[in-house]
Amino acid sequence: MSHHIVKADNLYYVYPDGTRGINGISFTITHGESVALVGANGAGKSTLLLHLNGCLTSAKGNIRIGDDTLTSKTLKAVRRSLGMVFQDPDDQLFMPTVFDDVAFGPMNLGLPEQEVEERVIHALETVGASHLRNRPPHKLSGGEKRAVAIAAILAVSPDILVMDEPTSNLDPLSRKRLIRLLQSFEHTKIIATHDLDMALDVCERTIVLHKGTITADGPTLDIFRNEDLLLKSGLEKPLRMQEYNPVPLNKKKTHDHDHDHDHHHH
Amino acid sequence: MAAIENNLFDIRTMDTLASGSTGLHRLDPRAKLITTLVFIITVVSLGKYEISMMIPFVIYPVAMVVGADLPVLYLLKKILLVSPFALLIGIFNPLLDTRPLLDLGFLSLSGGWVSFFSILIRFALTVGAALILICLTGFNGVCMALEKLKVPSPFVVQLLFLYRYLFVLVEEASRMIRARSLRSFDSGGMRFKVFVPLLGQLLLRTLDRAQRIHLAMLCRGFDGHIRISRPMAFGYRETTFVFFWSLFFILARCYNLPVYMGNLIAGVF
Repeated sequence: MSHHIVKADNLYYVYPDGTRGINGISFTITHGESVALVGANGAGKSTLLLHLNGCLTSAKGNIRIGDDTLTSKTLKAVRRSLGMVFQDPDDQLFMPTVFDDVAFGPMNLGLPEQEVEERVIHALETVGASHLRNRPPHKLSGGEKRAVAIAAILAVSPDILVMDEPTSNLDPLSRKRLIRLLQSFEHTKIIATHDLDMALDVCERTIVLHKGTITADGPTLDIFRNEDLLLKSGLEKPLRMQEYNPVPLNKKKTHDHDHDHDHHHH
Repeated sequence: MAAIENNLFDIRTMDTLASGSTGLHRLDPRAKLITTLVFIITVVSLGKYEISMMIPFVIYPVAMVVGADLPVLYLLKKILLVSPFALLIGIFNPLLDTRPLLDLGFLSLSGGWVSFFSILIRFALTVGAALILICLTGFNGVCMALEKLKVPSPFVVQLLFLYRYLFVLVEEASRMIRARSLRSFDSGGMRFKVFVPLLGQLLLRTLDRAQRIHLAMLCRGFDGHIRISRPMAFGYRETTFVFFWSLFFILARCYNLPVYMGNLIAGVF
């Protein structure tokens, strides 16, 4: 199966106010690959993601999802095969109950109600949120909201999953649960993130963005070992790959504090 | 700000009440919605001096509160909370309409006072009925009923979104206000100079969020219609509920039942 390919060819985007979004980006992601998109704040990660399903249209260049080049005609098919999980689950969960929200996508596909229900139940089971089905989204915790947002996308059964900061604002255990979940998916995955440790666990390939251009693209481990590259792109090694140098906290507090302002004398 | 946050929790309380399981709760939302509408229309259309005709209408809210085991004090508090609106509407009636209408010998009541009280009573009845509807059905249930009754979907979607994002908006606003108050040490009230940009900022954030929500909806194939599958059954129980209450309201609207009752009792003795 080679048709779940994601190919970007020389994308440019300038925001209406003149800020450069992305600046000539090209890559090819093949079926089943799991790719992390990393870079400093404002490097263009989110902008790039919004291009993939036609939320933004690049000034130059084009995108191919599967067999379709992204145009206004293929938009619907593309959005069906490429599911996007937004950064803030509150933006995504707008229906009165969890069930209705997860059903929103399948209902829009015009599926019969029986199948919609099956899909919703299956999607909620996959993310371990079956018990939440009749709850209103605004009463869920951050981790639950995230899980439901992912279920809402899974219910459309896309071939490609695109996620913007899936581990942000999660407590350590929810984060761990999410990582396991992502590892279990066989979809092609594109994940924009600052959580390099998660990238290490989930993605075998990493694309580094800096100021709207790709500065590196290769196996995750190779990239995270290259300290110079990471530093230049406003990043640092994943915490797990950093050496632990315990700093004696007490000592630092009493004797070594920086003297960048005078002491007050009373 | 705490006050607003608490009031929001109160809205959630209403939702919690709506998850009850009495027979009235389980009634199809459409039946309750239609009945409430008939109730409100008949009450509002009563003449402004006809206080005695309003008495039978009290039976409906009382029956609902008793039948569904709703907290009376809570509802009364809610009605009291919005009562200033009604007070303001009627407050000038006693001054404008001084024609004596009722003479009790020691005290003559002017038409203005009577119409003022009639406004208050009608207000309490209609607001009470609306609150009871929400407590029995939940806000979302009312929206579904509207949708099923073929109310144009933009209105229904507006209401659904209003309800969903009210909480998000208030949380955002209270975060901003907290941030302001933590840095304004004189702890005086908010000045106009600060209030205006704060409001503007809130508007900008809201627009941003609206845009993100819309994008997220488009990504899941939104085409202007929100489809909700919710089996609703308008059966025998619903029909009788709507029929008998509506009949009662219309009778009470057209005939002065208390007077009839009085004559009847007077005739017996």
